Amino acid sequence: MIQIKSLSHTITDTPILQDINLELPQGQITALIGPNGAGKSTLLNAIGRQIEVAHGTVTLDGSDITQIAPRDLARQMAVVAQHLAVGSRIRVADLVGFGRWPHSQGRTTPTDQTIIEQAIEEFDLIALRHRFLDELSGGQRQRAFIAMAYAQDTCWLLLDEPLNNLDLKHARTLMAQLRRMVEHAGKSVVIVLHDLNYTLSWADHVVAMCDGKVVFTGPAAQVATAQSLTDLYETPIQISTVEGQVFARYHR
Amino acid sequence: MADRRVFFLTFAVLTAAAVFLLWGNAWQSSYVLKLRAVKLGGLICVGLSVGIATVLFQTLSNNRVLTPSIMGFDALFLLMKTVVVFVSVGLSLPPVSAAAGFLADTAVMIAATLVVFVLVLRRTRQDIQLLILVGVIIGLLFRTLAGFLQRLLDPSEFAMVQADMFAQFGGIDAQALLIASLLLTLLFVWLWRSHRVLDVMALGRDPARALGLPFDQLQLQLLAAIAVLVSVSTALVGPLAFLGLLVTALTHSLMQSHHHALLLPGAGLIACLVLIAGQTLFERVLHLESSLAVVIEFCGGLLFLILLAKGKIK
Repeated sequence: MIQIKSLSHTITDTPILQDINLELPQGQITALIGPNGAGKSTLLNAIGRQIEVAHGTVTLDGSDITQIAPRDLARQMAVVAQHLAVGSRIRVADLVGFGRWPHSQGRTTPTDQTIIEQAIEEFDLIALRHRFLDELSGGQRQRAFIAMAYAQDTCWLLLDEPLNNLDLKHARTLMAQLRRMVEHAGKSVVIVLHDLNYTLSWADHVVAMCDGKVVFTGPAAQVATAQSLTDLYETPIQISTVEGQVFARYHR
Repeated sequence: MADRRVFFLTFAVLTAAAVFLLWGNAWQSSYVLKLRAVKLGGLICVGLSVGIATVLFQTLSNNRVLTPSIMGFDALFLLMKTVVVFVSVGLSLPPVSAAAGFLADTAVMIAATLVVFVLVLRRTRQDIQLLILVGVIIGLLFRTLAGFLQRLLDPSEFAMVQADMFAQFGGIDAQALLIASLLLTLLFVWLWRSHRVLDVMALGRDPARALGLPFDQLQLQLLAAIAVLVSVSTALVGPLAFLGLLVTALTHSLMQSHHHALLLPGAGLIACLVLIAGQTLFERVLHLESSLAVVIEFCGGLLFLILLAKGKIK
């Protein structure tokens, strides 16, 4: 379980996160939702220790993440950032291989190789495995990075807007893969999502943020109501159930 | 496979070295051989330093067209040399030995670059792009300051500085070379042991940190290593701006890999090859009628453009 206590963060005197207190449940998909500039990415980066926060603590299973050695943390938590740019010319298969770094420090074992192959297959990258990253489309690159995090084989997977750039098929496949990882492999997923319908159909738990604060949090089915979402996004949102599926309407 | 290319390069460097050493029946005179051996040692030290420093800098900056000289490493060196001449003439200090001078040059270079980097990096929240930008400006400052001081020198003092302004392999001191090669050997051992870490660092700060690498600490270590390498090569022979870029472009087009296990030796060896071949051409064919920089930049530039036009460099 991840616990966040009185977490605050500022970037050049602008408060980004203000006194966040949260618990992220294990073995579930937790969606971070909210309007642009709500602080979702910053919170995700703070949890993944990608940024050093000014105040507050994040604890993973009871231990402060700043006290965990970076390499050990990388074996428990994988982070996929929102903006993915790599300067060196690197092939897809090699990038996925880097996911095994925290485990084997570059000396790839046969077990590593099996996991890498599995990740490449799982994320539909077989045809692309020898391509250079800069020869890929945005969505393909995104999948390569998610495959790398998958190969990292951590209990926690943090994803910052992974559906950006993904087409319908791959977006849906990705959510289904995350669901499978949660249900069959006991993984926990924290994911920043913009599409409410994906949130409603796949997430177990929701953390709604606005202006650096948590507005509401809880099991998705209970807290993501038409009223709460309308207030959160300051835009009319209707929730209906179509053939047993919860469905948000906000397009017009 | 990969190793074959490194072996081939090693063989090419050895051949070039043998040609350089033995051209014109040199084996008949131990005096000539000794002179050439020192020069060859200098060429190899400088080649390895320039090639490897550029690869490291490109790994750090995530950019394939930058070289350490963009951050004014060589400008700092020139400023330091000018200040030394300025002060020692002003105070009429006695001249120091070449080896001591070399050690002092290197130490000052490393200290100065580290102070600048630590100060800037702390202020810029570890943003390497901003660091490079600041480096460009500081480099300009160093260059103009050095230029200003050079204007204040009288012509005979200026001639002392001028000797350091251009790369030349003529007057390398054997003792300084020995110290340099020891320093380089230590550094190369350390770099070789961390070549896998470098592969991860090339992914960039965020992905590398996500994989559990203490990136900021390593970044500083690498900058220090680059400072050592650039200092060694500039202190030995003077600034060689274009060589690094040429060498890394050639290395990437030959190796087609992101593995530093290939890039580091590749770049070091190619730089040696270019330098030794260039110096041979310059001494034996052009009879010192030009300068090594001209030879390298003319031939190297031509090769670079040809490869670029053929799409071998990306």
